[in-house]
Amino acid sequence: MTNIQYSTDLAGKRRPAEAMIHYFLFFAATVSILTTVGIVGTLGKEAFPFFAKVSIWEFLTTLHWQPQIDEFGILPLFTATLVTSVIAMCIALPVGLASAVYLSEYAPPKLRNILKPVLEVLAGIPSVVYGFFALQTVTPILQGVFGSDKVDIYNTLSAGLVMGVLILPLISSMCEDALSSVPKALREGAYALGATKLEVSLTIVIPAALSGISAAFIVGLSRAVGETMIVALAAGSGSNLTLNPFKSAETMTGHIVRISGGDLSYDSIDYNSLFAIGLFLFVITLSLNALSSHLVRKYQEVYE
Amino acid sequence: MNLAQRHSRSSIMATIFFGSTVFAVLCLATLLFTVFNQTAGYVLLEYTTAKADVLPLDANGVPVPLESLDASALKDILDANLGARQLKAIEIEKPLEQRSQKSLADLVVSEVLQPEVVRTWSFVESVFSKEKIFAWAKDNSGDGSLVFRFWLNPSFLTKSQSSNALFAGVKSAIIGSMMTIGLTILFAFPLGLGAAIYMEEYAKDNAFNRIIRTNIYNLAGVPSIIYGMLGLGIFVRFLEPITSGRAFGMTGPDTAGDGRTILSAGLTLALLILPTIIINAQEAIRAVPRTLRESGYALGATKWQVIKSHVLPSSMDRILTGTVLAISRGIGETAPLVLVGASTFLTKDPTSIFSKFTTLPIQIYQWTSRPQAEFRNIAAAAIVILMILLLSLNAGAIILRNKYRSERRG
Repeated sequence: MTNIQYSTDLAGKRRPAEAMIHYFLFFAATVSILTTVGIVGTLGKEAFPFFAKVSIWEFLTTLHWQPQIDEFGILPLFTATLVTSVIAMCIALPVGLASAVYLSEYAPPKLRNILKPVLEVLAGIPSVVYGFFALQTVTPILQGVFGSDKVDIYNTLSAGLVMGVLILPLISSMCEDALSSVPKALREGAYALGATKLEVSLTIVIPAALSGISAAFIVGLSRAVGETMIVALAAGSGSNLTLNPFKSAETMTGHIVRISGGDLSYDSIDYNSLFAIGLFLFVITLSLNALSSHLVRKYQEVYE
Repeated sequence: MNLAQRHSRSSIMATIFFGSTVFAVLCLATLLFTVFNQTAGYVLLEYTTAKADVLPLDANGVPVPLESLDASALKDILDANLGARQLKAIEIEKPLEQRSQKSLADLVVSEVLQPEVVRTWSFVESVFSKEKIFAWAKDNSGDGSLVFRFWLNPSFLTKSQSSNALFAGVKSAIIGSMMTIGLTILFAFPLGLGAAIYMEEYAKDNAFNRIIRTNIYNLAGVPSIIYGMLGLGIFVRFLEPITSGRAFGMTGPDTAGDGRTILSAGLTLALLILPTIIINAQEAIRAVPRTLRESGYALGATKWQVIKSHVLPSSMDRILTGTVLAISRGIGETAPLVLVGASTFLTKDPTSIFSKFTTLPIQIYQWTSRPQAEFRNIAAAAIVILMILLLSLNAGAIILRNKYRSERRG
């Protein structure tokens, strides 16, 4: 009769194999936490000796980045990043948003099915190829238009424009997601009042999707700030504090790649300075991403 | 504003919206054109040693073409023109007697004649302004020879690195890319899928799991160059005994001797694409209907049995598509691998995961940043190979997805 007692035990059979699987899956999930800890730890550990020698205030306000003479001011590198990113956003935001409006509100389904994969291909091209494109095609065109005495071979305008093309598909698809999740009822209401398609798009759909669009803008900006290969190839080497987009100027990412590509001895101040730039870059992109996901959350609350 | 004005404004803006989309398509077209335009065209070569000094002359006093000479004649030319040490180095690689006519002819060109590129022209220039090119060549170089060259040719695929663009190839880079991405998949796919299953099926809604979730999304937005710094700090320096292979007794001429190995590169890329794999797999698993799980539980299946035989099979198509997209992003990554220490010049192809490495995007970067124009040509050829690799990967993903779909229906 003990058997009956056994079968009414509802605790269930012990399954060590399933428990093992559970632990492995949990471990897999914690790898992402370890990655973050690794990033913060590495950047912090390697940047610490740098900030022991160069104060943060000096790092942020010195006007020159010349490691040879111990001048470590991030400003020239930062302005170059700013110039390329702003140029990129000037291309990517208007064109990306306009094409998103077209794809979401205007395009017939058949055309849409052709155009969307094209944008996906554009998004899938490695950034080093865009760098080649900037140097091989865009820079000669700019030199032809503005004169080669005015436009350097390496310049931030060419890098920024091509970066805009790189980010365009990202902005377009994020904006399209935001636009197409605006409830149909809002559009129908406006149509019922006699609005044209344009009026519906501009005064109803875009304002309703504004937080999603701004999230797309911020994610795009964060991509532009962190983009490396285009600026490494096309924006030039050597820091240069200038806002002139025709001049060559090295960005933060470009500097990291150029210096680390050469022979670099560990534990030198040059080496540590790269991690200081990296930490600065990480803080910027992290805050931009946090801002964007905050916007997305806010916008989901409105319609769900 | 009257109705007609409103409508005309509407149609003007519609054209602008359409134009923006067309702009994107045009950009893609220009980019592809730029690349292909550089992969073929005229090249003006000057030989360090004149052909007439080396090759036998025909009745008119013109050097005979290399193709018409047999192996022994070519061997004689090599013997006559190369120093003993150079010959020995070539013999060690592969004895002259065992080499084919083609390989001997290549040796005569690269070791004896030693062509140098004076100037290159793009494909369009070569087709539409042929006369100008010939005139320029005549004016600027009396004894140079003008040849039409396909930079993307079979020997480009089979040759290793060289400091002369004419003899450089992408073999080392292709091997490096394949080995790196193989390792990346090996680490990233099980971990990414595992994490996604945990987040969707096991994780309770508590603070810790919410942190993991937010963390994954934040990691997806971290610039790739930061992952390079992570790889440099952790894999190249901190875990050097492991990534250099010393912990496993792997030393010798075939290994890098430090942490700048294929293993470090693969691990770095794995961490880089992990968030993308997790997010895609999570979405795929979330799309499996609740009823499918419930029916499994109703039959007495355990949690893992339900996942293994219900949830995963019906979401595998989307998981694989997402993974392939993440992998193709990994293949194209350049910046993190520069930081992890890709070699600027490899003397031999990588043989193990502890070898020094270079990859296709790294080659493209290095060749593009050279000032000489002929390196732009081989960079373009390498880009075509990279794009073919990416396209076939994506095509493979589509085929795989369709296969899973039809199996599920059937």
